[in-house]
Amino acid sequence: MFAAIKLGTRMIRIFSFVLAALALFSAGAQAHPHVWVTMKSDVVYADGVPTGVRHAWTFDDMFSTFATQGLAAKEKGKFTREELAPLAEVNVTSLKDFDYFTIARLNGKKADLKAPVEYYLEFADGLLTLHFTLPFEAPAKAQSVDFEMYDPTYFVDFSFAEKEPARLTGAPADCKLAVLKPGEEGSPAKPKAQPGEAFFNNPDASSNFGAKFANKIQVRCP
Amino acid sequence: MSVRTLAPGRKAALFILIAAGALLALGAIDAFAQSPFGAPKGAPPPAPPDGIAGWLIQKQAEFYRMLNGTIRSAKTDGSAVWLLMGISFAYGIFHAAGPGHGKAVISSYLVANDETWKRGVVLSFASAFVQALVAIAVVGIAAALLNATARTMNNAVWWIEVTSYTLIALMGARLVWVKGLAFWQEWQLLRAPKTLGAAATVAHALERREHALERREHAHHDHHHHHDHGHHHHDHAHGHDHHHGHGHEHHHANPAHGESGHVHDEHCGHSHGPTPDQLAGPGGWKRGLVAIFAVGLRPCSGAILVLVFALAQGIFWAGVAATLVMGLGTAITVAAIATLTVSATALAARIAATRTGYGSLALRGIEVGAAAVVLLFGVALLAGYMASERMIGL
Repeated sequence: MFAAIKLGTRMIRIFSFVLAALALFSAGAQAHPHVWVTMKSDVVYADGVPTGVRHAWTFDDMFSTFATQGLAAKEKGKFTREELAPLAEVNVTSLKDFDYFTIARLNGKKADLKAPVEYYLEFADGLLTLHFTLPFEAPAKAQSVDFEMYDPTYFVDFSFAEKEPARLTGAPADCKLAVLKPGEEGSPAKPKAQPGEAFFNNPDASSNFGAKFANKIQVRCP
Repeated sequence: MSVRTLAPGRKAALFILIAAGALLALGAIDAFAQSPFGAPKGAPPPAPPDGIAGWLIQKQAEFYRMLNGTIRSAKTDGSAVWLLMGISFAYGIFHAAGPGHGKAVISSYLVANDETWKRGVVLSFASAFVQALVAIAVVGIAAALLNATARTMNNAVWWIEVTSYTLIALMGARLVWVKGLAFWQEWQLLRAPKTLGAAATVAHALERREHALERREHAHHDHHHHHDHGHHHHDHAHGHDHHHGHGHEHHHANPAHGESGHVHDEHCGHSHGPTPDQLAGPGGWKRGLVAIFAVGLRPCSGAILVLVFALAQGIFWAGVAATLVMGLGTAITVAAIATLTVSATALAARIAATRTGYGSLALRGIEVGAAAVVLLFGVALLAGYMASERMIGL
């Protein structure tokens, strides 16, 4: 009887192993990015009030080639803003379902963003760049303005441009801007950022997979 | 004998595990990639960022990122083609460990059908090859010949995916039905002696063995009807003649008795814990073909992007070669995973073979669980896909 129980236990253990192995393949199924985006983002102010963020996202050459495949163009291999207009329309429409991969916070509280305005696509050196502006639903004076850009599913890899990754447009002169690359969130404030800003690390920030790759823009005004 | 040593708690554990198997498939729900810019879909479920998974992603991304540069240089430098092949191969190997339902479906399919590892390897290679060919066909026909847009290609891929997922769901449904039936029969068979009380159990065990022998004999006759596994539990006198056993009354009504010859076969002679070869006999290839297409039809997004990029560079052939080599790499990983799964199941089968009763019930349970995984993957992929349908067009 004990032998039988031992056998049964072993059976179940093996059974578990089989299931675990199966689980590995489904749960272990893990994406890698198929689209790379190089970002430049402007935080836009009007009359001292933050009104939104203006993104310029440049896609990698493979995706740019794919997206423009078969598109009609007067000059081969070159696409005008007008020729790309339908594609830009599709892009911003599609992005809505992903909340534009942008999380915004005013004074540490999540702020809703409206549908993109002033959007268009540019094609230069074989690369597509999508320009679009995301206005705040309710612009309000804020001491801190935060943006996080990432794809929670990590299908799209976002990274800041080397040069001028972010700018302030029309912001009060004493506002300070900091750009944090992925992996820098946990580290103490960067030399240029203000020290001791514990509240920068929002506790409600989603802790999903893609969040690890979040790119952050932080604006601090006195 | 075995029946009584199995505590009720153990039975419960068994069922929890079976349920766990079914739940696995729910993980697939996370796998519906949405495609943000109308790009070809990937299948990125959120997962723990660190450890093996994180490393795999990093490697895949690294190799993938090398592809475009290598394709560019292959245009002018012939030797870069070899580098391209090498990178494609490595990408294939790492990529297969990454997104996609293919591995899960193939492995589950193999477990559900109690297939041999050899067939698993063949299946993995065949489906990876089909997958590469589909990608080449889509881009070759749509983009290279017709100069179609990305939107057209996405639409083509959409139809292919729907077909693929439907096939998976149908295959899963069939497996659940067949394996569920086998499990139910086994369950009925095992439950029966218990109801007779302890005293009868030993006698029954012996009796059952006798029956098994008789039935084996029986199988040689032309009686395709009901040589029921259950007859030991209603009659101790055994006055009836087994060669005409269809004449006696049956206790349990089998829902598909007489229709499910294939299920019945597996139980004839009560060869518990059948070796994989027994079930993977001739005729199984037709089943395998469905699996190959069900899994292989859906082209890999990465391959499509690479092909379109190579086409734009004017070296479509390099993209084709890269895609095929990528498929080879994918096949190796999937085959390794499939072999691992099949070996684990075979081990379970060997242990189960040393016991009668619940051991083989557990095996049937594994099969049902794996069949359920296939079905749920199909349904979930289909449902998720439909939901993201509007995302596909560029």
